[in-house]
Amino acid sequence: MSDNTINIDGQTVPFLPGQTIMEAAMAAEVYIPHLCHNPEFTPHGSCKLCTVSVNGRSAAACTMPAAAGQQILNNTEELNANRRALVQMLFVEGNHFCPFCEKSGNCQLQALGYYLGMMDPHYNHFYPARAVDGSHPDVLLDLNRCIMCELCVRASRDVDGKNVFGLTGRGIHTHITVNSPSGRLGDTNLAVSDKAAEVCPVGAIIKKRHGFAVPIGERLYDHKTIREVQTEAHK
Amino acid sequence: MPDNNTILLAVQTAAARHGNDPANLVQILREVQDALGHIPEEAVDDIARFLDIPRVRVAGVRGFYHFFHDRPHGRYEILFSDNIIEHLQGKPELLQQMCTRLWVEPERMSEDGLVRVGSTSCIGMSDQGPAALVNGVPVTRLNMERVETMVELVQKGVPLSQWPADFFQVEDNLRRADVLLGEPLERGAGVRAAVEKGSDGILAEIDRSGLRGRGGAGFKTAVKWDFCRKAVDTGEECSIVGPKVCDNTAATVRYVVCNADEGEPGTFKDRVLLNSHADLVFEGMTVAARVIGARQGFLYLRGEYRYLFDKLNGILAQRRRDGLLGENILGSGFSFDIVIHLGAGAYICGEESALIESLEGKRGTPRNRPPFPVTHGYLGKPTVVNNVETYALAAKIAAKGGEWFAAIGTAQSTGTKLLSISGDCERPGVYEYPFGVTVRQVLADCGAQDARAVQVGGPSGTIIGEGEFDRRLAFEDLATGGSFMVFNRERDIFEAARNFSSFFAHESCGFCTPCRVGSTLLKKGMDKIASGHGTCADVEELKRIGQLTRAMSHCGLGQTAANPVLQTLDKFWGDYEKRLISKEFEPSFDLDKALAVARRITGRDDAWAHVSAD
Repeated sequence: MSDNTINIDGQTVPFLPGQTIMEAAMAAEVYIPHLCHNPEFTPHGSCKLCTVSVNGRSAAACTMPAAAGQQILNNTEELNANRRALVQMLFVEGNHFCPFCEKSGNCQLQALGYYLGMMDPHYNHFYPARAVDGSHPDVLLDLNRCIMCELCVRASRDVDGKNVFGLTGRGIHTHITVNSPSGRLGDTNLAVSDKAAEVCPVGAIIKKRHGFAVPIGERLYDHKTIREVQTEAHK
Repeated sequence: MPDNNTILLAVQTAAARHGNDPANLVQILREVQDALGHIPEEAVDDIARFLDIPRVRVAGVRGFYHFFHDRPHGRYEILFSDNIIEHLQGKPELLQQMCTRLWVEPERMSEDGLVRVGSTSCIGMSDQGPAALVNGVPVTRLNMERVETMVELVQKGVPLSQWPADFFQVEDNLRRADVLLGEPLERGAGVRAAVEKGSDGILAEIDRSGLRGRGGAGFKTAVKWDFCRKAVDTGEECSIVGPKVCDNTAATVRYVVCNADEGEPGTFKDRVLLNSHADLVFEGMTVAARVIGARQGFLYLRGEYRYLFDKLNGILAQRRRDGLLGENILGSGFSFDIVIHLGAGAYICGEESALIESLEGKRGTPRNRPPFPVTHGYLGKPTVVNNVETYALAAKIAAKGGEWFAAIGTAQSTGTKLLSISGDCERPGVYEYPFGVTVRQVLADCGAQDARAVQVGGPSGTIIGEGEFDRRLAFEDLATGGSFMVFNRERDIFEAARNFSSFFAHESCGFCTPCRVGSTLLKKGMDKIASGHGTCADVEELKRIGQLTRAMSHCGLGQTAANPVLQTLDKFWGDYEKRLISKEFEPSFDLDKALAVARRITGRDDAWAHVSAD
């Protein structure tokens, strides 16, 4: 057995020291479903979609360091059923209306729902009262669709150097807040060209006047699964 | 509302006292709130400016902790402890009575800004409850008469300092003492031994004693201290990619942290240790510092125990005067000091990595592990985090050696354990037992003749019924952090599980999906059953959600949040069954109830204004 390999669903996958299981898997074109993970940013580990079984114990692939000889289960019926339930949970805790959402077809939450065979929300909707902030001239913030992945927080802090976004509240009341005394996005220094304005995997942060630039039916996940898109992106 | 100058002055004072250090943000927010009554937006801006951090971080931290408020919350804030034991002792009725008499709704401040009455998670007084925090100070042994008096005092605007002193009396209720609490240790004996025996010598004694962490998980203390002592600072911020090549040129800074965030419902033994044996705790921290080579320690004291803050600081000051703390301890050249940080109402901060985040002035979100605190803890430096009781025991072991300690208890669980006993028994309080004692013995000693169930280790622990009373309290059988809640034959175990489910949903930090949403779904499911609309389908759903939350959550909170539901479904099915309706499915939505508003508006209540169940 090589020192620097792990085993995912029977497949031997090499890794470099310091890599996470997710990074090693992606490099080997092994798809592990994920939402809050984006290879451009520091791993976060909050959505738990990428939970795999490592030597019999659950761990988030995006934050777990790869270590020689790990026996990993990923694409199993049980894990995918749990992932489907997590996607359903994300759907019901917010207000997601795919049929008239500008992000439909480009949305990773929706795409994962399809990929994991989600046929209905299953749980009762929470119907939370969440704010929509249209105060910024170029960017809309719709918290109804937020899944608390903190990619905008990370992008604004680590790439844009602006700290426009942050989390406040706690538990089920956790939500995104913005860096202005008024609490309005229009009063922050967010620019439409910022990384934070384009990183949202769902439709919580979208650029105004571009919502239907690409017609529905021709969008990213309309003809390809999220697995295909994200595996190809890594090539 | 305070004017801008008042706000600026409050912020300036608090920030200056804490060196304008963002790591002290939680402490600064608390002091600003003390001065202003709440933390207004202007204060957030000022704090951000003084600390040179984004305002969004200040607002994020303010929004995380229960005890921080962004708007006025009453000159009197009365928070009833929502522990199930106090609940069963009449808390809901007392709260209702107070609200009725004060003409307020629960959780809402009165229109005149005088008072807010609400609930809070267990405040560590369930041996003398029902209890409440009044402006942060515990008032114990509440009854209708005491509530009446409190209402009058509030209405007359009498300051807390002039309330009857016996309202604030907190008893130790120490009922059984063994080697820890029964045999006093000469002050300074542990530190003296640490100085004499040195790091290797003390670590060998701790190892010989077999001491395991008293917070509940039972990790071997000597192993933890040894990991930390060997950990070398890589000079990098906490990184998740695991061990890096070490640069051994610079001396590594290490920290000792005492976890006094005793938040598990039903436990209060740390309260007693800190109230009457604080020297022993500080002594143990100093011993740990000597072993790992730390100069700085923190006691993270839960906000609910704030009433002990001044007293504990006084003890620290005395220890400095006595040469047991500070520079050059006992003339040995070894220096170590302790700072007390106050929490602000967050059960999750009892999780060690969340506690460290809070110490660093952040939201109390548990970190990704590895790396563990022993290598990447406070400010990314190697850090030992132990429970209050663990340090107290370590002090004794340092002074007396490990041998005698290992002879007590069982082979795998050496020494004694403090239990916080509350509920249906004649003598609630703190009991110290050698590990290995049976539940039956404990029940007999505390006067619980009619016990039906015991919740061992709090909601995140294990509930056992009569058939299991011969089980032993030990890491190899029933592990416990010390909470021991007794329920007699009259009690409804479903209600206990429902209370615990609410607790976890309320205390989830919100970071990961399975805990944030799963704990809320569990609470909703239990509420549906309680309302008389539950079916077998709902029970099956609870099991599925419970298993998912257990398997996929980020930290111990989520992994144990389903324990009460899953365990009671298994062991006390009858308490569920009698509530279920014999249908396969029943919607959680009640159409007739939903029409109530329309009926009120139209003033109708005839048959046509109702929808029948079928």
